[in-house]
Amino acid sequence: MGSFLHRHPRLTPYLLLAPGVFWLALFFLVPLGFLAYQSLQSGIFPAYEFTWEFSNFTDALSDYREQLVRSFLYAGIATVACLVLAYPLVYWIAFRAGPWRNLFLLFIVAPFFVTYLIRTLAWLNILADEGPVVGALRGLHLLDEDGRLLATTFAVVAGITYNFFPFMALPLYVSLEQIDARLLEAAKDLYASPTQAFLRVTLPLSAPGIVAGTLLTFIPAAGDFINAALLGTPRQQMIGNVIQAKFLESLDYPTAASLSFILMAAILVALLVYARIVGSEKLTG
Amino acid sequence: MSVVKRHALTVYALLAVAYLMLPIAVVILFSFNDPAGRFNYVWQEFTFANWSEWDAVLGLRDAVLTSLLIGLLATVVATALGTLIALAIVRHDFHGRGTANVLVFLPMSTPEIVLGASLLTLFLNMTSVFQLGFWTIFIAHVMFVVSFVVVTVKARLIGFDRHLEEAAMDLGADEWTTFRKVTLPLLAPAMLAAALLGFALSIDDFVITYFVAGSEQTFPVFVWGIARVAVPPQVNVVASAIFLLAICLALANVLWQYRAAKRERGSPATSGV
Repeated sequence: MGSFLHRHPRLTPYLLLAPGVFWLALFFLVPLGFLAYQSLQSGIFPAYEFTWEFSNFTDALSDYREQLVRSFLYAGIATVACLVLAYPLVYWIAFRAGPWRNLFLLFIVAPFFVTYLIRTLAWLNILADEGPVVGALRGLHLLDEDGRLLATTFAVVAGITYNFFPFMALPLYVSLEQIDARLLEAAKDLYASPTQAFLRVTLPLSAPGIVAGTLLTFIPAAGDFINAALLGTPRQQMIGNVIQAKFLESLDYPTAASLSFILMAAILVALLVYARIVGSEKLTG
Repeated sequence: MSVVKRHALTVYALLAVAYLMLPIAVVILFSFNDPAGRFNYVWQEFTFANWSEWDAVLGLRDAVLTSLLIGLLATVVATALGTLIALAIVRHDFHGRGTANVLVFLPMSTPEIVLGASLLTLFLNMTSVFQLGFWTIFIAHVMFVVSFVVVTVKARLIGFDRHLEEAAMDLGADEWTTFRKVTLPLLAPAMLAAALLGFALSIDDFVITYFVAGSEQTFPVFVWGIARVAVPPQVNVVASAIFLLAICLALANVLWQYRAAKRERGSPATSGV
């Protein structure tokens, strides 16, 4: 083998790539092709036929527009909530935590060590009608006597926010941690107030982290169905719930497949819009 | 006032950490609960019984074992495949390198539900080759873990001293021997980190697994099924055990890094500079 590679050194990278790329091609790209094929089929389970049925897409879009819009709304709110909640914490870890940095980073990733479904179920305990949070809010009259937190939009968005928080916090940390402290000293020497120094130095320098965190949070959040299923009701259903139910319960594969593509396309459009906004802000700022 | 202002951020950080830890504390706490009825929502009484009889719930033990086995197998295969891809991408300049990079990046940026759905369509359209179950879960897990392995190993390979390998070759080692005796040992920490990450991802995955599992049950799939009825405290026991194990590994890693950093600071080679 060694001598073969000596004679054909150019083949080495391809041989290294072959097994992994083969796996990804066969079990990532080819399935997407099958999904496209399925999305253009018509008929009744199990006898679906390929008929270039483009109406699957328009029908799915008009039947489930509500869930689609809701997914993006929830994912958007949760992403902003993650950013607002994570930024001060991560800022503190990067600039004030000193020797405790690694420990606090561990606190941020710790939720990942509890199975996704189980940490979502834990919010069932916390937000339960007979639980302490609802009790306290009722006592303070912030919630009606029979008011609930579970089975509300709040519960679903809060669940998504909690579950994807580390995806926002970690890239933010990486970008804040790389900031050269001397730049902040320079700002101070040039009579910048702490607020000015933050707005003119820290915030712009952490922009890559904000962008990366936003993407890493928004994409999985838009496709999520677990929070809506466990913490919400059918009125909080997201597009993921519909795809999941169509695929695994009503076995309506063509609709489910076209909805999957609509989700991907919608995410892509959202990313392009986001890229435009981020880009233009950089230009004007 | 200024005291409040100075410490406001610290107070916020501690509150935020409390928020992050709250559900974890609840999971662990309720693993010691002795629920009155079927529902483990309200705190009743402290008991160790759930821990000593963790597998008293039908199907739980099998689901946990399946999760562990798939996690191990998928991690080993994905770590091997991912390391080779990382070597090719970092070490070699070849036609199609950009495409390979994109192919690795794409699965990570596709929503899990789409990955699961597309794999299911493949398997359903080729039932003569694939029967939903253990092996389809394995295939899916290798697929989504590979990308994470590539990213992890790549990060390490980029800051890698190639002189050591050149020295080995100069001393007459052929490529294979150099790879085995020099490259692989140097890569081992990155591969271990990638494998741990992959194992964690595999054990935790629900969405993709749920699509391709058929009637096979991993631990998350089992939890999903039982969540529609009533979650027994034993599920909290398994989750708590996984959490404590992972935390111990992570803490050991933090400590090890801390000591390595200290040793580096103390060593004459660097302190002399």
